[in-house]
Amino acid sequence: MSDHDVARPGAEPIRLIDERGDAAPLQRAPGFAMPDAGILLDLYRRMVLARRFDVQVSALTRQGRLATYPSALGQEACEIAAAAALADGDWLFPTYRDSIALLARGVRPVEILSFFRGDWHSGFDPASYCIAPQTTPLATQALHAVGFAMAAKLRGETTATLTFLGDGATSEGDAHEAFNFAGVWQTPTVFVVQNNGYAISVPFARQSRARTLADKAIGYGMPGHFVDGNDVAAMYAVIADALERARAGGGPTMIEGLTYRMEAHTNSDDPSRYRADEEVERWRAADPIARLEAYLVTDGILTPELQGEIGHEAERLAASTRDAMNEAPHLDPLELFDHVYATPRAALAEQRGFLADELAASHAPQASTAGASTADEGRTA
Amino acid sequence: MTIIHHTDAPAEATGEAPTTLTLAGALGRAIGDALAEDPSVVVFGEDVGPLGGVFRVTDGLNARFGDERVWDSPLAEAGIVGTAIGMAMNGMRPVVELQFDAFSYPAFEQITSHLAKMRNRTRGAVQLPIVIRIPYAGGIGGVEHHSDSSEAYWTHTPGLTVVTPSNPIDAYWMLRQAIASDDPVIFLEPKSRYWTKDAVPLDHAPAPLDRARVIRTGTDVTLMAYGPTVKTALDAAALAELEDLSIEVIDLRTLSPFDDATVNASVRKTSRAAIIHEAAQFGGYGAEVAARVTERNFFHLAAPLLRIAGFDVPYPSPKLEEFYLPTAERVLNALDTWEW
Ligand SMILES: Cc1ncc(C[n+]2csc(CCOP(=O)(O)OP(=O)(O)O)c2C)c(N)n1
Repeated sequence: MSDHDVARPGAEPIRLIDERGDAAPLQRAPGFAMPDAGILLDLYRRMVLARRFDVQVSALTRQGRLATYPSALGQEACEIAAAAALADGDWLFPTYRDSIALLARGVRPVEILSFFRGDWHSGFDPASYCIAPQTTPLATQALHAVGFAMAAKLRGETTATLTFLGDGATSEGDAHEAFNFAGVWQTPTVFVVQNNGYAISVPFARQSRARTLADKAIGYGMPGHFVDGNDVAAMYAVIADALERARAGGGPTMIEGLTYRMEAHTNSDDPSRYRADEEVERWRAADPIARLEAYLVTDGILTPELQGEIGHEAERLAASTRDAMNEAPHLDPLELFDHVYATPRAALAEQRGFLADELAASHAPQASTAGASTADEGRTA
Repeated sequence: MTIIHHTDAPAEATGEAPTTLTLAGALGRAIGDALAEDPSVVVFGEDVGPLGGVFRVTDGLNARFGDERVWDSPLAEAGIVGTAIGMAMNGMRPVVELQFDAFSYPAFEQITSHLAKMRNRTRGAVQLPIVIRIPYAGGIGGVEHHSDSSEAYWTHTPGLTVVTPSNPIDAYWMLRQAIASDDPVIFLEPKSRYWTKDAVPLDHAPAPLDRARVIRTGTDVTLMAYGPTVKTALDAAALAELEDLSIEVIDLRTLSPFDDATVNASVRKTSRAAIIHEAAQFGGYGAEVAARVTERNFFHLAAPLLRIAGFDVPYPSPKLEEFYLPTAERVLNALDTWEW
């Protein structure tokens, strides 16, 4: 196969398990095999936990405990398949929508929610989870994923990177530049486009004239796969294969998962203004968790006991997520100045002193400036 | 009146004879030395490989270090900066070139939203030791988009260090220090000064990256300049001397951080100050300097701080730029508007 002889995505999405929970006909997933029972069970467990987390966080947001939360309810198959397919040393470059992928990679709820609660932009240390901070400007993180992968490639390491993009984000210039750089540099990067039907209110038909977003891959000289994004088995098989190819020096892959956002864009959105209830109901029938559950129950892999255990684990996660919101946030106003530059700046020290004086003069509880003089400007991170 | 040599320390302290280099050559030499010393330094951008950059700053580096250290990237500025960010997150120290000032704008979002903020966003866990080299400013007869001065955009952005050399010695040493810095540095290269030659001592740094320098002493006026206008300022000071006006010239060198100490000491001595830059005046870097210097030295000032800047028009076509660019005469005429 020549460098440029890459497979064109099919018009029908790749599928391993259909909407009723039956194994899909073989020709729906040419070259991709059903993951083994252990993996499917693990994917199921992680999806159940992710949904419980999502529901809990949305509830907390409605109670006003979080500033905002972009739900991924309905998109669990894309998010969890990706998180599960990544090796420990691979890096994930997520967006605001992808909190449940972070959860599935082990980031603690309190660390995820600090972003949406508004205490700090990124509540976790990227290096300890191999996850970049969640980005808000669309498609920008895709370039970071390509650069990160390029550095790994230059050093001869086998690290791969995976980045999520929305369907809307693929219209951005940065998405094009990322696909193109990855193609030219042959970086070990997997682009997972979650086509959830809408960019806030704008439907896919007004976003792109492409037959599928996976088709775009051909123009960048990389393989593209159009996948049923509510079929976690298919998403896992395709993503795992692409990551393996990336680590083996085979270059980038673009994967479109066709899915649906069941909730609003964020809590401040009103989806009834742009989509019909019937459409939402149609997608409810394609639910990624129910589908896998039916498959696993039929095959006797998922027993009632196991289901009960997973249910309990989900409730414990919900409780700990609620508790996390009761933990006092880490808020030190003087920290505003601590992480702007590696090289200390006199002007910032001056402004820090100004705020410290203001806090000391006020009677607010945060006026305590203990440790105020130990800003870590200049520490090597 | 004395003209201070560019180096603060005498060359004989170093043993080695200084090498004569153009400003562009000094930059190339700095990048080459950094590539040789630190395997994590990489160089990429448009045409920086075999061609050596459109101004030949990276001349010979691809041949010397190979495609894995110095290479031509696809033609995309957001892509260059965005991938540099990812590389720096993974342990590299990219030195990238954005070909001309106004072509840095496609990378504006990556620079302001990510490059400048990553350390802050991650509470210091991720640092981005990236140098973005941007040939900037006019005076070389470039057509539209090839002569802008974009410093106000970058200096307005917390998290960035913004510096600009005006001579070969600074070009070499400031770039070495910028590459060594753990903060992202916007390195503005005055393209009209690329061909200036000087003896460059390669074995000791004359001044740190956060310091302005008094390059000519005087007693009546403090004239601040940077990059391309340093020469204009020195010309103005020489002309003024004929009229018995003693101008002290400060090469700011570092636009962010601003070296208050050096400037304040001079202004308190002379009690009059002016700043000269090529960028349009309104909302420009000179406005910050005027406000800042006035706030800190009001009772030492005998007159309001003056700005000698470009007009508030888009950078003009090549045949009109002589009417736009601040000149030594314009500086002196401006100083005449003060009631002495
Ligand atoms: C550069 C940029 N422009 C606009 C926005 C505002 N915005 C936030 S989310 C969004 C829609 C994105 O849609 P899509 O990429 O499909 O992802 P989804 O939210 O559906 O996951 C928009 C327009 C933004 N965050 N960044």
